[in-house]
Amino acid sequence: MTKGEPIISIRGLRKTYHVGEVDVHALRGVDLDVQAGEFVSIVGPSGSGKSTLFHIVGGLTPPTSGTIHIAGRDLLGMSDAERTELRKNTVGFVFQKYNLLPTLTAHGNIEIARDIAHHKGPLDPQFVAVLKLLGIESRLDHKPRALSGGEQQRVAIARAIVNRPAILLADEPTGNLDTENSNAVLGLLRDLNGSLGQTILMITHNPEAAGYADRIVRMRDGHIE
Amino acid sequence: MTNKLVFENLKHRPVRTLLGVIAIAVQVTMVLTLVGLSEGMLNEQASRARGVGADILIRPPGGSIIVSGGQMDARFIPFIDKQPHVNVATGTLIFGTDLFNYLTGVDLATFDRLNGGFRFLHGGPFQRPDDVLVDEVYASQHKLHVGDTITNTNHKWRVSGIYEPGMLARMVVPLATLQDLTGNTGKVSTMYVKVDNPANIPGVIAELSDKLKTYKVYSMEDYTSLFSATNIPMLTDFIWVVVGVGVLVGFLVVFLSMYTAVLERTREIGVLKALGASPGYILNILLRETVLLAIAGSILGILLSYVTRFIIRDLVRSSLIQAIVPRWWLPAAGIAIVGALLGCLYPGLKAARQDAIEALAYD
Repeated sequence: MTKGEPIISIRGLRKTYHVGEVDVHALRGVDLDVQAGEFVSIVGPSGSGKSTLFHIVGGLTPPTSGTIHIAGRDLLGMSDAERTELRKNTVGFVFQKYNLLPTLTAHGNIEIARDIAHHKGPLDPQFVAVLKLLGIESRLDHKPRALSGGEQQRVAIARAIVNRPAILLADEPTGNLDTENSNAVLGLLRDLNGSLGQTILMITHNPEAAGYADRIVRMRDGHIE
Repeated sequence: MTNKLVFENLKHRPVRTLLGVIAIAVQVTMVLTLVGLSEGMLNEQASRARGVGADILIRPPGGSIIVSGGQMDARFIPFIDKQPHVNVATGTLIFGTDLFNYLTGVDLATFDRLNGGFRFLHGGPFQRPDDVLVDEVYASQHKLHVGDTITNTNHKWRVSGIYEPGMLARMVVPLATLQDLTGNTGKVSTMYVKVDNPANIPGVIAELSDKLKTYKVYSMEDYTSLFSATNIPMLTDFIWVVVGVGVLVGFLVVFLSMYTAVLERTREIGVLKALGASPGYILNILLRETVLLAIAGSILGILLSYVTRFIIRDLVRSSLIQAIVPRWWLPAAGIAIVGALLGCLYPGLKAARQDAIEALAYD
């Protein structure tokens, strides 16, 4: 990826699901560029293709056609193994339901992400500072059931960025949180974007949440409006 | 970190983990108990054969070391007795009443010349044709005393003596009485020979083998070395059937346990895949959990084999003897691990191939 080149570059992206005998055209030719360090909200009604776009950018599913480059890597034609590698170090996910592993502590949930990406040794000082920024450094020895929703989501954010991914994908990160925690989490995402230059793509239904981003992209019926 | 996840996953469902461990332990205990029983019984019989004090043992043709009934002509005994370097020859008739109990008929006069006779703890030798001698183990198991009556082969026997265990058999009756009762008049199952000098054993064996033609002549050392499962018809096959049943039990238990675990952890599998875990990583976690279950079950199974030995020896007080056979611990554990890994394969591969998006959407 050369300087000035978008960190995400999508042209004519299409995705068709075959459901029984019916073809579902989830994406119908999406064009999108995201610069490194940008915080972009993607909004749209249910069925607009937001989640499908997320899944393709995150390497969870392959595109049907079109081009998509993530941090200089072409996702079209990638094998399952290559997309798995992408998810280790290039993309980080934050989910609406936190999705922490219930049998591990907060620290364990962060460490498992490092273990999967073959990163060893102690956490680097910069990441420890991020844990302080997220306000969870004193909660790392607790399992998810002992953490509040807001704390769990902050642990999930820490897990998503521990391997310094090029892109953080947040799918409705405040969907299960009350207003106070929602604002706290959104504020933290903005701080991460501002202080670390983390590129963030966030799906949200909430216009107020969308306003935390630098740019809002609206989708409908598989297109970007 | 993977090991930590494996441990925590097993701890997360303690009852399921415990049931899996116990099921595998039962499988291992079953194998070790059966092997222990066969080895214990065979060792005990070999020990009692050595306890007779004979140098040479003569048996009928045929491969099995378990003999029941009269298959040799007792008229050979005086002939053998007259052979050079032979001090004394005697014969016994073995008649099995069930799989583990049998009566042994002896001619006490010649038997006593062979080894000095039974060492009595209570009572003494036969007084009447329907007297029986029992060893102390049998007397203790069945709460017998001198003068008590027992029924065996549809005949009432009076306990005339209780002797020190470790020689010949648990129950000994007059040879002639047993021959008549069982329709084996003039027949014996086994002949014992004492020579004048141990250095003459090979020579006497060669002489007797030549003269007796069809009968098998062994030194006591060679004979007792035959007491292994491979020399008992169908025992080895029976052991392998039990091993096979054990593998099947382990396979089924682990299959069910891991299948429910995979279903329960569908979303977690999706999360791990979203983090970049490969199918191999997912499968590795399940395989490690399975191996850990199998190792824990194997250790428990080995410990439980001591419990079964206690139950058989001290609680049930049967005539069965179960040995502890350490050389079978690793094979039994290996069998358990193989069965468990086979049971884990389908659920493991199902988890490894799980679609990440579907898994993340699973509720």
